Amino acid sequence: MSQPRDAAKVLDRDFLELRARILELAAAFDRIERATAGAAADRRREQLKQAVELLLSDRPGRAEAVQLHFSYEYDPQWREKFGLAARSR
Amino acid sequence: MTAYIDPHIHMVSRTTDDYKRMALAGCVMMSEPAFWAGFDRSGVEGFRDYFRQLTEYEPKRAGLYGIEHRSWLCINAKEAENVSLSREVIAMIPEFLDRPGVLGIGEIGLNKNTKNEATVFLEHLDLAAKTDELILVHTPHLVDKYQGTRMILDMFKGDSRITPERVCIDHVEEHTIKLALDAGHWVGMTLYPTTKCTPARAADMVERYGTERILVNSAGDWGHSDPLAVPEFIFEMRSRGHDESVIRRVVHDNPLAFFSLSRRFSYDPRQ
Repeated sequence: MSQPRDAAKVLDRDFLELRARILELAAAFDRIERATAGAAADRRREQLKQAVELLLSDRPGRAEAVQLHFSYEYDPQWREKFGLAARSR
Repeated sequence: MTAYIDPHIHMVSRTTDDYKRMALAGCVMMSEPAFWAGFDRSGVEGFRDYFRQLTEYEPKRAGLYGIEHRSWLCINAKEAENVSLSREVIAMIPEFLDRPGVLGIGEIGLNKNTKNEATVFLEHLDLAAKTDELILVHTPHLVDKYQGTRMILDMFKGDSRITPERVCIDHVEEHTIKLALDAGHWVGMTLYPTTKCTPARAADMVERYGTERILVNSAGDWGHSDPLAVPEFIFEMRSRGHDESVIRRVVHDNPLAFFSLSRRFSYDPRQ
Protein backbone atom coordinates (compact mmCIF):
# COMPACT_ATOMS: atom_id res chain seq x y z
CA MET A 1 0.00 0.00 0.00
CA SER A 2 1.62 3.24 -1.12
CA GLN A 3 1.58 6.18 1.29
CA PRO A 4 3.12 8.94 -0.80
CA ARG A 5 1.85 12.06 0.90
CA ASP A 6 2.97 14.21 3.80
CA ALA A 7 0.81 16.64 5.76
CA ALA A 8 1.88 19.69 3.75
CA LYS A 9 0.90 17.99 0.52
CA VAL A 10 -2.47 17.00 1.94
CA LEU A 11 -3.07 20.60 3.04
CA ASP A 12 -1.90 21.96 -0.30
CA ARG A 13 -4.52 19.85 -2.00
CA ASP A 14 -7.40 20.04 0.48
CA PHE A 15 -7.10 23.36 2.35
CA LEU A 16 -9.39 25.51 0.21
CA GLU A 17 -12.02 22.80 -0.08
CA LEU A 18 -12.00 22.23 3.69
CA ARG A 19 -12.20 25.97 4.32
CA ALA A 20 -15.25 26.12 2.08
CA ARG A 21 -16.87 23.20 3.91
CA ILE A 22 -16.27 24.81 7.31
CA LEU A 23 -17.88 28.00 6.01
CA GLU A 24 -20.86 25.95 4.81
CA LEU A 25 -21.19 24.47 8.30
CA ALA A 26 -20.90 27.90 9.95
CA ALA A 27 -23.56 29.31 7.67
CA ALA A 28 -25.81 26.31 8.30
CA PHE A 29 -25.60 26.76 12.07
CA ASP A 30 -26.42 30.48 11.62
CA ARG A 31 -29.40 29.46 9.47
CA ILE A 32 -30.67 27.06 12.12
CA GLU A 33 -30.19 29.78 14.78
CA ARG A 34 -32.22 32.27 12.80
CA ALA A 35 -34.93 29.76 11.98
CA THR A 36 -35.37 28.41 15.51
CA ALA A 37 -35.03 31.60 17.56
CA GLY A 38 -37.50 31.43 20.44
CA ALA A 39 -38.70 27.97 19.44
CA ALA A 40 -38.50 24.84 21.58
CA ALA A 41 -35.15 23.08 21.36
CA ASP A 42 -34.88 20.34 18.75
CA ARG A 43 -32.59 17.54 19.90
CA ARG A 44 -31.07 17.30 16.42
CA ARG A 45 -29.61 20.79 16.88
CA GLU A 46 -27.74 19.65 19.98
CA GLN A 47 -26.74 16.45 18.21
CA LEU A 48 -25.16 18.46 15.41
CA LYS A 49 -23.26 20.66 17.87
CA GLN A 50 -21.95 17.59 19.69
CA ALA A 51 -20.78 16.15 16.36
CA VAL A 52 -18.81 19.30 15.65
CA GLU A 53 -17.18 19.01 19.07
CA LEU A 54 -15.99 15.53 18.09
CA LEU A 55 -14.04 17.10 15.24
CA LEU A 56 -11.94 19.08 17.70
CA SER A 57 -10.52 15.95 19.31
CA ASP A 58 -6.80 15.32 18.88
CA ARG A 59 -7.40 11.58 18.54
CA PRO A 60 -7.57 9.86 15.13
CA GLY A 61 -10.78 8.18 14.06
CA ARG A 62 -12.91 11.32 14.09
CA ALA A 63 -15.00 10.13 11.13
CA GLU A 64 -15.76 6.88 12.96
CA ALA A 65 -16.65 8.82 16.13
CA VAL A 66 -19.05 11.07 14.20
CA GLN A 67 -20.64 8.04 12.54
CA LEU A 68 -21.19 6.36 15.90
CA HIS A 69 -22.59 9.61 17.32
CA PHE A 70 -25.33 9.47 14.67
CA SER A 71 -26.03 5.73 15.14
CA TYR A 72 -28.51 3.66 17.12
CA GLU A 73 -26.94 1.49 19.80
CA TYR A 74 -26.43 -2.22 19.23
CA ASP A 75 -28.11 -4.65 21.63
CA PRO A 76 -26.19 -7.97 21.85
CA GLN A 77 -29.38 -9.64 23.12
CA TRP A 78 -31.37 -8.80 19.99
CA ARG A 79 -31.76 -12.42 18.85
CA GLU A 80 -33.25 -13.49 22.18
CA LYS A 81 -35.61 -10.50 22.09
CA PHE A 82 -36.75 -11.38 18.57
CA GLY A 83 -36.98 -15.10 19.38
CA LEU A 84 -34.50 -15.95 16.60
CA ALA A 85 -32.11 -18.50 18.03
CA ALA A 86 -28.67 -18.95 16.47
CA ARG A 87 -27.87 -22.11 14.53
CA SER A 88 -25.40 -24.10 16.63
CA ARG A 89 -21.82 -24.11 15.37
CA MET B 1 -7.40 4.33 -18.75
CA THR B 2 -7.85 1.87 -15.90
CA ALA B 3 -10.15 -1.03 -16.68
CA TYR B 4 -12.60 -1.33 -13.81
CA ILE B 5 -15.52 -3.39 -12.52
CA ASP B 6 -18.55 -1.88 -10.81
CA PRO B 7 -19.58 -4.73 -8.48
CA HIS B 8 -22.88 -3.14 -7.45
CA ILE B 9 -25.07 -1.15 -9.82
CA HIS B 10 -28.77 -1.36 -10.71
CA MET B 11 -28.70 -1.04 -14.47
CA VAL B 12 -32.41 -1.82 -14.88
CA SER B 13 -32.88 1.72 -13.54
CA ARG B 14 -30.30 3.36 -15.80
CA THR B 15 -30.45 4.51 -19.38
CA THR B 16 -28.54 3.05 -22.29
CA ASP B 17 -26.50 6.27 -22.32
CA ASP B 18 -25.11 5.24 -18.94
CA TYR B 19 -23.86 1.97 -20.41
CA LYS B 20 -22.05 3.94 -23.07
CA ARG B 21 -20.56 6.42 -20.59
CA MET B 22 -19.41 3.59 -18.33
CA ALA B 23 -17.83 1.78 -21.29
CA LEU B 24 -16.04 4.98 -22.30
CA ALA B 25 -14.79 5.37 -18.72
CA GLY B 26 -13.23 1.89 -18.72
CA CYS B 27 -15.94 -0.34 -17.23
CA VAL B 28 -15.44 -3.94 -18.36
CA MET B 29 -17.86 -5.70 -16.01
CA MET B 30 -20.67 -4.96 -13.58
CA SER B 31 -22.73 -6.99 -11.17
CA GLU B 32 -26.33 -6.13 -10.49
CA PRO B 33 -28.01 -7.19 -7.24
CA ALA B 34 -31.77 -7.59 -6.99
CA PHE B 35 -33.23 -4.62 -5.12
CA TRP B 36 -36.33 -2.59 -4.33
CA ALA B 37 -38.13 -1.16 -7.35
CA GLY B 38 -39.21 1.99 -5.50
CA PHE B 39 -42.58 0.38 -4.77
CA ASP B 40 -43.60 -2.95 -3.26
CA ARG B 41 -44.29 -5.62 -5.87
CA SER B 42 -47.72 -7.24 -5.68
CA GLY B 43 -46.70 -10.88 -5.94
CA VAL B 44 -44.12 -13.51 -6.72
CA GLU B 45 -44.66 -13.24 -10.49
CA GLY B 46 -43.35 -9.68 -10.37
CA PHE B 47 -40.10 -11.06 -9.01
CA ARG B 48 -40.00 -13.83 -11.61
CA ASP B 49 -40.18 -11.22 -14.37
CA TYR B 50 -37.53 -9.12 -12.58
CA PHE B 51 -35.18 -12.12 -12.35
CA ARG B 52 -35.71 -12.77 -16.06
CA GLN B 53 -34.81 -9.16 -16.72
CA LEU B 54 -31.65 -9.48 -14.61
CA THR B 55 -30.52 -12.77 -16.12
CA GLU B 56 -31.71 -12.50 -19.74
CA TYR B 57 -32.32 -8.97 -20.93
CA GLU B 58 -29.81 -6.86 -19.00
CA PRO B 59 -26.74 -8.95 -19.99
CA LYS B 60 -27.67 -8.43 -23.64
CA ARG B 61 -28.04 -4.67 -23.14
CA ALA B 62 -24.64 -4.51 -21.39
CA GLY B 63 -23.07 -6.67 -24.10
CA LEU B 64 -23.93 -4.10 -26.74
CA TYR B 65 -21.38 -1.84 -25.04
CA GLY B 66 -18.75 -4.50 -24.47
CA ILE B 67 -19.52 -4.77 -20.75
CA GLU B 68 -19.91 -8.11 -18.99
CA HIS B 69 -23.02 -8.30 -16.81
CA ARG B 70 -23.51 -10.51 -13.74
CA SER B 71 -26.39 -10.61 -11.25
CA TRP B 72 -27.52 -11.53 -7.73
CA LEU B 73 -31.01 -12.75 -6.74
CA CYS B 74 -33.14 -12.23 -3.64
CA ILE B 75 -36.06 -10.33 -2.19
CA ASN B 76 -34.74 -7.10 -0.74
CA ALA B 77 -34.99 -5.99 2.89
CA LYS B 78 -37.66 -3.36 2.27
CA GLU B 79 -40.09 -5.96 0.94
CA ALA B 80 -39.02 -8.51 3.56
CA GLU B 81 -41.62 -7.08 5.95
CA ASN B 82 -44.02 -9.22 3.91
CA VAL B 83 -42.75 -12.57 5.18
CA SER B 84 -45.18 -14.76 3.24
CA LEU B 85 -44.28 -13.09 -0.08
CA SER B 86 -40.61 -13.34 0.83
CA ARG B 87 -40.96 -17.08 1.36
CA GLU B 88 -42.62 -17.49 -2.03
CA VAL B 89 -39.76 -15.57 -3.68
CA ILE B 90 -37.05 -17.52 -1.83
CA ALA B 91 -38.70 -20.77 -2.94
CA MET B 92 -38.65 -19.56 -6.55
CA ILE B 93 -35.00 -18.35 -6.64
CA PRO B 94 -33.49 -21.84 -7.33
CA GLU B 95 -35.20 -21.81 -10.75
CA PHE B 96 -32.68 -19.13 -11.73
CA LEU B 97 -29.54 -20.15 -9.84
CA ASP B 98 -28.03 -22.19 -12.65
CA ARG B 99 -28.17 -19.34 -15.15
CA PRO B 100 -24.63 -18.49 -16.24
CA GLY B 101 -24.49 -14.83 -15.09
CA VAL B 102 -25.80 -15.41 -11.58
CA LEU B 103 -23.18 -14.90 -8.87
CA GLY B 104 -25.28 -15.74 -5.82
CA ILE B 105 -27.82 -14.44 -3.33
CA GLY B 106 -28.08 -10.68 -2.88
CA GLU B 107 -28.45 -7.97 -1.95
CA ILE B 108 -30.07 -9.41 1.14
CA GLY B 109 -29.85 -7.43 4.32
CA LEU B 110 -31.63 -5.30 6.86
CA ASN B 111 -33.32 -1.94 6.44
CA LYS B 112 -34.94 -0.95 9.75
CA ASN B 113 -33.51 -3.90 11.68
CA THR B 114 -36.88 -5.53 12.41
CA LYS B 115 -37.75 -9.08 13.39
CA ASN B 116 -39.37 -9.77 9.99
CA GLU B 117 -36.30 -8.51 8.13
CA ALA B 118 -34.04 -10.71 10.28
CA THR B 119 -36.34 -13.70 9.75
CA VAL B 120 -36.19 -13.33 5.95
CA PHE B 121 -32.44 -12.68 6.08
CA LEU B 122 -31.92 -15.99 7.94
CA GLU B 123 -34.06 -17.83 5.39
CA HIS B 124 -31.93 -16.40 2.58
CA LEU B 125 -28.82 -17.60 4.45
CA ASP B 126 -30.35 -21.05 4.66
CA LEU B 127 -30.92 -21.10 0.89
CA ALA B 128 -27.38 -19.86 0.22
CA ALA B 129 -25.91 -22.49 2.52
CA LYS B 130 -27.90 -25.31 0.95
CA THR B 131 -27.04 -24.23 -2.62
CA ASP B 132 -23.46 -23.14 -1.87
CA GLU B 133 -23.96 -19.62 -3.19
CA LEU B 134 -21.99 -16.45 -2.62
CA ILE B 135 -23.81 -13.77 -0.63
CA LEU B 136 -23.96 -10.01 -1.13
CA VAL B 137 -25.29 -8.05 1.85
CA HIS B 138 -26.97 -4.66 1.96
CA THR B 139 -26.38 -2.89 5.26
CA PRO B 140 -28.88 -0.24 6.43
CA HIS B 141 -28.58 3.48 5.95
CA LEU B 142 -27.68 6.26 8.35
CA VAL B 143 -28.78 5.84 11.96
CA ASP B 144 -29.60 2.13 11.47
CA LYS B 145 -26.30 1.11 9.87
CA TYR B 146 -24.16 0.33 12.90
CA GLN B 147 -26.85 -1.63 14.73
CA GLY B 148 -27.91 -3.46 11.56
CA THR B 149 -24.38 -4.35 10.56
CA ARG B 150 -23.71 -5.83 14.02
CA MET B 151 -26.92 -7.87 13.74
CA ILE B 152 -25.95 -9.13 10.28
CA LEU B 153 -22.49 -10.14 11.49
CA ASP B 154 -24.13 -11.96 14.41
CA MET B 155 -26.28 -13.95 11.98
CA PHE B 156 -23.27 -15.02 9.91
CA LYS B 157 -21.33 -15.91 13.01
CA GLY B 158 -24.28 -18.00 14.12
CA ASP B 159 -24.33 -20.15 10.96
CA SER B 160 -21.26 -22.37 10.66
CA ARG B 161 -22.27 -23.55 7.17
CA ILE B 162 -21.29 -20.19 5.64
CA THR B 163 -17.62 -19.30 5.39
CA PRO B 164 -16.90 -15.57 5.86
CA GLU B 165 -14.84 -15.18 2.67
CA ARG B 166 -17.89 -16.12 0.59
CA VAL B 167 -19.78 -13.07 1.84
CA CYS B 168 -19.45 -9.39 0.92
CA ILE B 169 -20.79 -6.87 3.43
CA ASP B 170 -21.72 -3.87 1.32
CA HIS B 171 -22.14 -0.15 2.03
CA VAL B 172 -19.55 -0.20 4.83
CA GLU B 173 -18.42 3.14 6.24
CA GLU B 174 -15.92 4.27 8.83
CA HIS B 175 -17.78 2.71 11.77
CA THR B 176 -18.51 -0.67 10.17
CA ILE B 177 -15.62 -1.52 7.84
CA LYS B 178 -13.30 -2.92 10.50
CA LEU B 179 -16.06 -5.04 12.05
CA ALA B 180 -16.73 -6.73 8.71
CA LEU B 181 -13.07 -7.15 7.73
CA ASP B 182 -12.19 -8.56 11.16
CA ALA B 183 -14.99 -11.11 10.73
CA GLY B 184 -13.26 -12.32 7.55
CA HIS B 185 -15.73 -10.95 5.03
CA TRP B 186 -15.21 -8.95 1.87
CA VAL B 187 -16.48 -5.39 2.13
CA GLY B 188 -17.94 -2.95 -0.38
CA MET B 189 -17.67 0.81 -0.08
CA THR B 190 -20.53 2.49 -1.89
CA LEU B 191 -19.84 5.86 -3.45
CA TYR B 192 -23.26 7.43 -3.14
CA PRO B 193 -24.29 11.00 -2.46
CA THR B 194 -25.41 12.03 1.04
CA THR B 195 -26.28 8.68 2.60
CA LYS B 196 -23.17 6.58 2.05
CA CYS B 197 -19.52 7.26 1.18
CA THR B 198 -17.65 9.79 -0.95
CA PRO B 199 -14.67 8.92 -3.18
CA ALA B 200 -12.39 10.83 -0.78
CA ARG B 201 -13.61 8.94 2.29
CA ALA B 202 -13.33 5.65 0.41
CA ALA B 203 -9.72 6.50 -0.46
CA ASP B 204 -9.13 7.36 3.21
CA MET B 205 -10.38 3.91 4.21
CA VAL B 206 -8.14 2.20 1.65
CA GLU B 207 -5.19 4.15 3.06
CA ARG B 208 -6.15 3.09 6.57
CA TYR B 209 -7.14 -0.55 6.02
CA GLY B 210 -5.24 -1.53 2.86
CA THR B 211 -6.62 -3.18 -0.26
CA GLU B 212 -7.29 -6.74 0.88
CA ARG B 213 -10.94 -7.84 0.49
CA ILE B 214 -12.07 -4.28 -0.29
CA LEU B 215 -14.33 -3.34 -3.23
CA VAL B 216 -15.80 -0.01 -4.32
CA ASN B 217 -19.08 0.43 -6.17
CA SER B 218 -21.55 3.07 -7.29
CA ALA B 219 -24.81 1.34 -6.32
CA GLY B 220 -26.24 3.51 -9.09
CA ASP B 221 -30.00 3.15 -9.16
CA TRP B 222 -33.21 5.15 -9.82
CA GLY B 223 -32.36 7.67 -7.08
CA HIS B 224 -29.75 10.39 -6.82
CA SER B 225 -26.61 8.41 -7.69
CA ASP B 226 -23.67 8.40 -10.07
CA PRO B 227 -22.93 5.46 -12.38
CA LEU B 228 -19.44 6.90 -12.88
CA ALA B 229 -18.63 6.94 -9.17
CA VAL B 230 -15.94 4.24 -9.46
CA PRO B 231 -13.96 6.34 -11.99
CA GLU B 232 -14.32 9.22 -9.49
CA PHE B 233 -12.62 7.00 -6.91
CA ILE B 234 -9.90 6.12 -9.42
CA PHE B 235 -9.35 9.82 -10.03
CA GLU B 236 -9.19 10.53 -6.29
CA MET B 237 -6.65 7.75 -5.70
CA ARG B 238 -4.55 8.84 -8.66
CA SER B 239 -4.57 12.48 -7.57
CA ARG B 240 -3.23 11.38 -4.17
CA GLY B 241 -0.33 9.67 -5.92
CA HIS B 242 -1.27 6.05 -5.34
CA ASP B 243 0.28 3.43 -7.61
CA GLU B 244 -1.77 2.21 -10.54
CA SER B 245 -1.30 -1.34 -9.23
CA VAL B 246 -3.02 -0.38 -5.96
CA ILE B 247 -5.91 1.25 -7.79
CA ARG B 248 -6.30 -1.67 -10.18
CA ARG B 249 -6.36 -4.14 -7.32
CA VAL B 250 -9.31 -2.39 -5.68
CA VAL B 251 -11.38 -1.63 -8.77
CA HIS B 252 -10.62 -4.67 -10.93
CA ASP B 253 -8.65 -7.53 -9.39
CA ASN B 254 -10.56 -7.67 -6.10
CA PRO B 255 -14.03 -7.92 -7.66
CA LEU B 256 -12.74 -10.64 -9.98
CA ALA B 257 -11.26 -12.53 -7.03
CA PHE B 258 -14.55 -12.38 -5.14
CA PHE B 259 -16.70 -13.31 -8.14
CA SER B 260 -14.35 -16.20 -8.92
CA LEU B 261 -15.51 -17.88 -5.73
CA SER B 262 -18.81 -18.56 -7.50
CA ARG B 263 -18.72 -21.96 -9.20
CA ARG B 264 -20.46 -20.57 -12.28
CA PHE B 265 -18.20 -17.56 -12.79
CA SER B 266 -16.09 -17.40 -15.90
CA TYR B 267 -14.51 -14.45 -17.64
CA ASP B 268 -12.38 -14.10 -20.75
CA PRO B 269 -10.98 -10.57 -20.74
CA ARG B 270 -10.61 -8.79 -24.05
CA GLN B 271 -7.05 -8.88 -25.33
